[in-house]
Amino acid sequence: MSSSTAHINALENESIYIFREVAAQFEKPVLLFSGGKDSITLVRLAQKAFWPAKIPFPLMHIDTGHNFPETIEFRDKLVEELGLELIVRNVQDSIDQGKVKEETGRYSSRNHLQTTTLLDAIEEFKFDACIGGARRDEEKARAKERIFSVRDDFGQWDEKNQRPELFDMLNGEIELGQNVRVFPISNWTELDVWSYIEKEQIEIPSIYFAHKRKVFLRDGLIWSHSEYVYQEEDEEVIERMVRFRTVGDMSCTAAVFSEASDISSVVQEIRDSTISERGARIDDKRSEAAMEKRKQQGYF
Amino acid sequence: MEVLKLATAGSVDDGKSTLIGRILYDTKSLTTDKLEAIEKTSKQKGYDYLDFSLATDGLVAEREQGITIDVAHIYFSTAKKSYIIADTPGHVEYTRNMVTGASTSQAAIILIDARKGVIEQTNRHFFINNLLRIKEVVVAINKMDLVDYSEETYNSIKTDFEELMSKRDYQDQNITFIPVSALKGDNVVNKSENMSWYSGTTLLNHLENLDKGDIFNAGTPRFPVQYVVRPKTEEFHDFRGFAGKVYGGELNVGDEVIALPSQTKSKIKEIYFYNKKYQTAARRSSVTITLEDEINVSRGDMLVKANDLPKIEKQFTATISWMDAQNLSAGNKYVLQHGVNKVLAKVDKIHHKINPDYSGIEEGVSSLGMNDIAQVTFKLNKPVFYDAFKEHRTNGSFILIDSQSNNTVGAGFIN
Repeated sequence: MSSSTAHINALENESIYIFREVAAQFEKPVLLFSGGKDSITLVRLAQKAFWPAKIPFPLMHIDTGHNFPETIEFRDKLVEELGLELIVRNVQDSIDQGKVKEETGRYSSRNHLQTTTLLDAIEEFKFDACIGGARRDEEKARAKERIFSVRDDFGQWDEKNQRPELFDMLNGEIELGQNVRVFPISNWTELDVWSYIEKEQIEIPSIYFAHKRKVFLRDGLIWSHSEYVYQEEDEEVIERMVRFRTVGDMSCTAAVFSEASDISSVVQEIRDSTISERGARIDDKRSEAAMEKRKQQGYF
Repeated sequence: MEVLKLATAGSVDDGKSTLIGRILYDTKSLTTDKLEAIEKTSKQKGYDYLDFSLATDGLVAEREQGITIDVAHIYFSTAKKSYIIADTPGHVEYTRNMVTGASTSQAAIILIDARKGVIEQTNRHFFINNLLRIKEVVVAINKMDLVDYSEETYNSIKTDFEELMSKRDYQDQNITFIPVSALKGDNVVNKSENMSWYSGTTLLNHLENLDKGDIFNAGTPRFPVQYVVRPKTEEFHDFRGFAGKVYGGELNVGDEVIALPSQTKSKIKEIYFYNKKYQTAARRSSVTITLEDEINVSRGDMLVKANDLPKIEKQFTATISWMDAQNLSAGNKYVLQHGVNKVLAKVDKIHHKINPDYSGIEEGVSSLGMNDIAQVTFKLNKPVFYDAFKEHRTNGSFILIDSQSNNTVGAGFIN
């Protein structure tokens, strides 16, 4: 496997094209920003699409409150440096309003609860296009996702009734109340994203690189030891060199043992890996159709 | 390294998903966790082999029915190439997905079940790939293990297919026949030991060595303006950049251009990609162009070279592929999206339906249903700037949008 410059350039040109279609076809787009590498890549692509003008839409972070502190620090720094507008909406507020209920027990996570907070925020700001960093190679339900994916008034995805997308043409026509989820890096693979980060020298949160961390092992996965993560008494805390391959919140993201402390060794590690990226996503392991179910309900 | 976009077509049970799964497996593109999931599910279902189709059939409904019902995109790479496969379903009612998958592909694989040979579906798959002018087509004759790897069967299917080829419109299409067994792995990635009579190469090897002759690059430079960049900052106070993607040929600083529809002349002053200036904008690059003169250009307009105008018309005839449950009839109005330009279109006349199984044309039709292909003349409220599809893939195609449902209801290829 490799990602050459010609290949990455082709993907970059395609993504820039998509960003410009969003700005031209919609009134109120927003970029859903998680602080993860994919959404950081989106920000760079958006910069390129509109330069020398600023990115013509805000970023929005749906904050579970269980994020890695490194991610939040990084987010705030990026927004300030680029002079972007950042909207933050908190899952905690949805819990306090009684709209969602905190999960309990061994596999509890706020990941699932984000959907309600997101849908409320879309309604609050009347966003008509939400740009996300999902990629088709991540997961098999995502492999069927369109670049412009229409959501109904309830934020739901009707996977059996998707608009055909032909050639380069993107149809962003919607009714009032509907919104479109836009995925500019649909055709990128995990390795492509990493190669791009290396090529462009894009800064990413430190947790993507090998660092010493208190963790514990469960179900063959490496979990962070944290107040946000449920841990049994007999699950022993150990300190190891790890890094994160994908970054959701602490309760749904598992680490990998790694010594890769800079970008080129991370790229090499991904190249050699025999485990898929979402193999370390605890939320996907719930069932065969976990992602599809969440998407139908409005998850990104 | 290059990217090859590939579409697959085959009928239900021809083993398309199995073939893709086999490619992924034999090129070691399946990760351990995905492989474990396949092993686990195959075992649960009581199969004594690995059901590779589980690698691609993503939606719950598909897994329940054991069929593919939507276009899925699958990614893998070898040392030589990156591949994007559009896995498109083959049954009659999903023709629209096949057209969709083929529209972004440079090569196609048509699967034939060796036990069934060339069937009506095969005609359709071939017809669509030919209509979309896919340069490279591989005919994979699958399930050879179930016909005792018989050379005779292979040859007879090949002869039947060659008869189809004589009827095709786009004669320059390259067609390659390969006998395979996706389930057993014969001639997919590894050379078969069961078909010594076959002297050709394996499927993957054939794809690896394809000179894809980029079909997207055919034609002359066309620059549809997507977005006007106006920063209005102190530093870039008067900056007016036209952002878009270059199709056909390349553009250079100093080129004399004409803006359509105003037909105003100017010259290319600067070409930007992000914050760097370039002398040349390559094909398919997303650049921002500034002009020497302050002329009025907005989204949907097009910059072309002054000596190389496209057709500028308020009417044209096209082959269309209808994709909606609601019929298209003469007099109906649609939004016609040609690149990034939208106009209103009225169906002036349906000339005839073209049977996609090569059984001829049907005249005197008053409406088109889902999956119909036909010659239709449209009248437009504003001119579009187009080339014939056979001369310019991007500037010769369009989609139709229903202004009630907002759905994409058809695709067209301009004569």
